[in-house]
This record gives sequence, C-alpha cells and structure tokens, in this order.
Amino acid sequence: MRTDAGTERLLRELAPQVLGAVVRRYGHFDAAEDAVQEALLAAATQWPVQGVPERPRGWLVTVASRRLTDQLRSDEARRRREAAAAMAEPPGPPGPAGAAPDGERASGQDDTLTLLFLCCHPELTPASQLALTLRAVGGLTTAEIARAFLVPESTMAQRISRAKQRIAATGARFAAPPAGEWAGRLRVVLHVLYLMFNEGYAATSGGETSRPELTAEAIRLTRAVRRLLPGDGEVAGLLALMLLTEARRPARCGPGGALVPLAEQDRTRWDQELIHEGLALVTGALTTAPLGAYQIEAAIAAVHAEAATAAGTDWPQILALYNLLERISPGPVVTLNRAVAVAMVRGPRPALDLLAALETDERMAGHHRLAAVRAHCHELAGDRGAAAGDYRAAARTATSLPERRYLEARAAQLAAAPGRARAAGTVGSP
Amino acid sequence: MKYLLMIYQNPATWQAMPESDKKAFMDEAGAIVDELTASGEWVGGEGLADPSTAASVRVRDGVPAVTDGPFAEAKEQVVGYCIVDCESRDRAIEIAIRWPDARRWGMEVRPILSPDGVEM
Repeated sequence: MRTDAGTERLLRELAPQVLGAVVRRYGHFDAAEDAVQEALLAAATQWPVQGVPERPRGWLVTVASRRLTDQLRSDEARRRREAAAAMAEPPGPPGPAGAAPDGERASGQDDTLTLLFLCCHPELTPASQLALTLRAVGGLTTAEIARAFLVPESTMAQRISRAKQRIAATGARFAAPPAGEWAGRLRVVLHVLYLMFNEGYAATSGGETSRPELTAEAIRLTRAVRRLLPGDGEVAGLLALMLLTEARRPARCGPGGALVPLAEQDRTRWDQELIHEGLALVTGALTTAPLGAYQIEAAIAAVHAEAATAAGTDWPQILALYNLLERISPGPVVTLNRAVAVAMVRGPRPALDLLAALETDERMAGHHRLAAVRAHCHELAGDRGAAAGDYRAAARTATSLPERRYLEARAAQLAAAPGRARAAGTVGSP
Repeated sequence: MKYLLMIYQNPATWQAMPESDKKAFMDEAGAIVDELTASGEWVGGEGLADPSTAASVRVRDGVPAVTDGPFAEAKEQVVGYCIVDCESRDRAIEIAIRWPDARRWGMEVRPILSPDGVEM
C-alpha cells in the first residue's frame, strides 16, 4: 500500500477493527478479509486525494460490507455447498469481569482483541497463529509476511488459508473466549506476540532489512492489547520486555552483522527513551499486578538496562530473579540462563554442576546454547582448552549463521592467544 | 525453521524398476508434496537429472578442473531435494520417513542455516 504515512498509520490501526466489525456482522472470516483488504485499498487511493472522511472507520465498514455482500451473493451457489457457516453466528456474551469492557471503550477496540483471540486459536500451530495475526490484525500483505519469514509467497498464502480453514472447522465464533478460558487464551495471544517480536529481533543481526518491521509490529500490537487491558501485569510485562530488548538493538550488531554479546556492547548506543518506558512499565506491573513470567523476564532485562557498564551488573539481583522465574515457570532454558547468573555470582564450578544436570534433559541435550554456556564457565574457570572445545561443539550445532560465526571466533581466540584472551563476555542474549 | 531433505537413490536400481513401480513411487511423493503445499510447509524442491550428467568442479591454484560425474563416488546419489519450512526437526524427519525413497534407499535431513542471530 503506497500512501502517505499518516493515512497508512490510520489504516493499519483501523484494519483489525473494520475486519472485526464485518466478521461480527456477516461471518465468513475468509471472504470478509478480502473485502476489508479491498476497502483499505480504496481508502489508500481515495483519502489522500479526497480527504479522510469524517468517520473513517464507518466508511471502511460500509465499503467492506458492500464488497462482501456482493461477493457472497455472486458465489452463493458455491457457498451453499459448503457446510461451514462457522463464524456466521451472532457474538457470544461479553468477556469476563476484569477483562470486560468498561462501557466507554469503542467497540472497534474490542473487535481488535476478539480478532486477536481468533487468530491465536489454540488449534493452530504457532507458525499459523503468527502468520494469521500479522495478516488479519497487523494488516500486512501476504507478500510482506512471506518476505519476513523468508518463504515464497505461495507457501505463506497456503499457510494463512489453511489457518482460516482450521478456525472455521473448529466452529469458533467471533466472540471473546468464555470466562473459564480467558486467561489461557490470553497467554497464547501474548506468546504469539512474543514470537513475532523474536522473529524480527533475531533477524536484525542477519543483515535483512525487511524483517525488523516484525519487532515494530509486535510492539505496536502489544501496545494495542495494553490499551485494552491496562490492568494486566503480564501484558505490561511483555511490552516492557520488548521495549527493554529493542533498546539494545543499535548496539548488538558489529560490522558485517557480527553479534556483539551483552557484556561487550557499547551501552551509550542503547535507546534511553525505550529503556525509561520499559522500566516504568515493569516497575508499575510488579507493584500492582500478580507476578508472572514476562514481568520477571522484563525485570531481568531492566537490571541489565540499569547497569552503566557490564562489570556494574547486579548479578545477585539477576540470580534472585531467575530463581523466582524457575519457580513459577520452570524449564530447561530458564535453568540454562540461571546457570549463567550462578557462574557470575557463585563462580563457574556450581554453574557447571547445574549444566551437568541439564545434559540428561533430552529437550536440551545437544543444544548449542548448552555447550556455549559450558564453554563460558570453563573460560571463567581458566580452563581454556575445555572452553575452546565447547565453543567449537556449540558452533557445530548452531543453526544460525551469525551465532555460528560468533562461537567459532570465540573458540579461535582461545586457541590462538593463550593467556591473553579478553575478559569473557556473558553468553546471555545480545 | 527450514530443512533440506535430500533424496538418495541407486540410479541403476531405479532404472531397472518396472514402470508401474516407478509410477507408484512418483504418485506417493506427489501426494506428500500436495499435502505439504496445503499445510504451508512446502518451500520448494525438484528432481535432478541422472548423476552421469553431473559435472564436478574444483579450482586449484586458480586452475579449474572439471570432471564428469558426481562429487562423491558412491552407489547411492542425490536424485532430488525438497525444502520444507516446519515446526521442528522431528517434523522434518517425520516427512522424510514418509518419503517413498526412504524405504528403498535413504533420505538425509539437514537444517538450513538461518541468517538470523539469537533471540531475546
């Protein structure tokens, strides 16, 4: 869509609201989406010339509805053969207390949230949830999404269309999830936003220019969810985590896209505005909402953000937070990260003991990050030979090119200049 | 995550197979491609011409040496490939297990290096 930035921003904001309104009224998610795309296209060409209508959302809903009813009439015969009137049912009861609208909120905003719940349907694979969310809620074109995931457009088109079919097949309605499912479904939505952010963030080191927009999109959508659920601590926690992570982006890539680990980053290049916003969010959430994993992860990112130098990092505080995280959300990756903190606080030996226990965990055995953290601990312990060997082992099993290069360089440094290696950086995420 | 599925065959054995068996193989593979296309996991793939049509290229001291035939002398050769984008290594292996050539010869599943760095 080529149009001026202001119109484009407005259209992206309105896209899910319009789609929500049309699906709520007529059902037929698939056809409704095409109709909304046509309406957005019409707006993108007409508005810059004729001016933005007084009620832009109403304009779009009217145009999209007209397109949709034309479309439905024209293939009514074909449609009759299809059993699924899945999402044509009227909306169910409003969301449960706590998430319920306060009556003031524009219905368009509730539609955005309902649409997110629909796109992040638990029956879909994470890849499909992501693709559908970007298309239906984010308003990205299939071509843009395909480019972001480095797959052909036809592959992405199939993935999106299969996702819509699956949703129709589950008989899901365009309605907020029932009270009993609300929390679980919100967790899926947040996870999808988290994956979307990660997908873009990981890509920013790869020299791809089209993918960082995924981080921007994830932040934009998480902000939208936060506006709808301002009291939810995990929504705030996730947004804070994204902002605090995004703040480091300018410093995490060296020349040629090489990864710069956290300990070696030029902290003056961190985005202070994002850090301040993230810190305020996580502090607010931790003091007012029930504790959750995203808030703790954001708090850990906040401790890093507050350290002016790597050496000034409050590792005991980070270790305490990882202990807490492991209690409420245990898993091998959390244990691995905790091992890094243990190494910094209590030394490499207890950390290596912790890692030894992880080796029997089949979810982690042979994972390159386990070998990388072990290498880091050996390095701290002064065992350069073992460290180089483990860095090489980690490089062999890494499936990311920048990570492999980083790990190989680390191994080479240790092997080449014994006794003169630079101070070990942490292997925590850059 | 993307995976390369390399299809191995013994070209001599393949040639000696009755046409009906070859067709059954191709149909079976075609059905899997259709299924992967519909699920949005299919990225691409092709069959390769006979290994005897291959050229192996090496440059030493700036001098190219081009020899006819595949890189590795072996009875079993790469005769085709698929690229799939799927959730996990297990899923990629599951696809390879179903590929008809796996029953007679073999498949090799290799993760494709991602240009991306670590996640947050």
